[in-house]
Amino acid sequence: MKITLDRIAHTRSGDKGDLSNIGVIARNPRHYPVLLREVTAERVKNYFSDLVHGPVTRYELPNLAALNFVLEEALDGGGTVSLRLDAQGKIFGSQLLGLEIEVTEDELG
Amino acid sequence: MIRIGNAQGFWGDWLEAPVRMVEQGPLDYLTLDYLAEVTMSILQKQRKEDPTLGYARDFPPLMARLAAQIAGRVKVIANAGGVNPLACAREVKRLAPGLKVAVVLGDDLMDRLDELGPEFSNQIAAIRPQILSANAYIGAFPVAEALATGADVVIGGRIADAALALAAMVHEFGWAEDDWDRLASGIVGGHIIECGTQATGGNCSAAWETLPDPANIGYPILEAEPDGTFRVTKHAATGGVICDACIKEQLVYEIHDPRQYFTPDVIADFTTIALKDAHVSGVKGQPRPQKLKVSISYHAGWRSIGTITFPGPQARRRCEIAEATVRERIAQLRLSFDAMHAEYLGDDQLMQLRFGVRGKDRKAVDRFTREMIPLVLSGPPGGTGYGEGRPAVREIVAYAPAYLDRDRVQTRVEVVA
Repeated sequence: MKITLDRIAHTRSGDKGDLSNIGVIARNPRHYPVLLREVTAERVKNYFSDLVHGPVTRYELPNLAALNFVLEEALDGGGTVSLRLDAQGKIFGSQLLGLEIEVTEDELG
Repeated sequence: MIRIGNAQGFWGDWLEAPVRMVEQGPLDYLTLDYLAEVTMSILQKQRKEDPTLGYARDFPPLMARLAAQIAGRVKVIANAGGVNPLACAREVKRLAPGLKVAVVLGDDLMDRLDELGPEFSNQIAAIRPQILSANAYIGAFPVAEALATGADVVIGGRIADAALALAAMVHEFGWAEDDWDRLASGIVGGHIIECGTQATGGNCSAAWETLPDPANIGYPILEAEPDGTFRVTKHAATGGVICDACIKEQLVYEIHDPRQYFTPDVIADFTTIALKDAHVSGVKGQPRPQKLKVSISYHAGWRSIGTITFPGPQARRRCEIAEATVRERIAQLRLSFDAMHAEYLGDDQLMQLRFGVRGKDRKAVDRFTREMIPLVLSGPPGGTGYGEGRPAVREIVAYAPAYLDRDRVQTRVEVVA
């Protein structure tokens, strides 16, 4: 079945220069394997393809049941240079929660 | 065990927070983080205009307000000094003469930018003439040295955010400079509290709908143990929440590779953090980096962003016509910009056009600011929301990190008489 990411995860995003990072955390550590399978760097890159012009790298924190995505060339030059409303990447996290992912009923539990 | 509370996550955070942190419960150390990437450049400009300024001006009056309560009870550690820590310390001393004030100096590289070796010069060559500020990130050990003078208040410039809390632990527990695991654990604690209420339910996508008493949200406190483990808490009578979900969100906030969280004192491995019921243990660290990160800000032109709002029906269509009009007039005027950017905010019933430009030529950017408001009379019907007048022209101060061999940075501590 298809669900949106917010069913099983919460997020926070921020900036460093022209990079933005999004932390994605499983609400229940049981769902970490679903995050690993469904929320790939490629899918995050495609999801934000209008805004993020550089590569997206995924890092894993199994101890926190969390993933960290680093998005390059993501902020139109970074905090003070950017002409965007969201010059600090604050909204990336909340927006990613709308990502559609595929899970089985068993996995949702 | 010592209690370290952070009550300022950036310059502009809640003014009442430090007072409440001191008044509402037990506390040993109050840390205040005033600096963000761009703050140093703002302060540098202020010092240029007045050599007695260049620090977080909220801080000295705050110390005066808290002096009676903290004396002999709570030590204060703050990077409020910005680009002029000594002037900041003198102002604190003037307003609160009873407090012993120590200052950590040596992070400011602005006066010796060209004496730091070819490797460093190469990194900054492209922006050298535009540089407005350059400060090396300072770690916990010079701050601990300042605490060892018996100071009530320790003020520094670009002390790394997470090192403010670590300094208290290093001072109290006597940790060695190569005690990598304990230092890494202290840095993790410092990172959790450095953004204030982001650790206690603020800006938290896991807890926002049910967050208790947000108006009285408590700022975070570490109960730190000599073995490096700690618990995250807040004062009892405060709002917000202590929960692992909120702490996890802060742990992943503004990090890069979690296996290598670089700080001046240690490289912490966030994948070794064991978090349970707000207790943290198990953190591992690697030896500190050979190079210190340098925070550099530089002039990068000018920008302006204007807005106008249109009603529906067809609010979007009205925004599109307005945007096309502005773009055509910019072309007719032959104004040249590095970038132009439009965003539409709202829905078809009410939508705001937000249009920005940036470029090296201040005059061109200034001319653009005249092009938004005429749309009220000449554009699609109902254009409104222009009450602030024409948009301001702002200097773009960009940020660039550089890296410098750590032995090039000599810190020193002064007690202010």
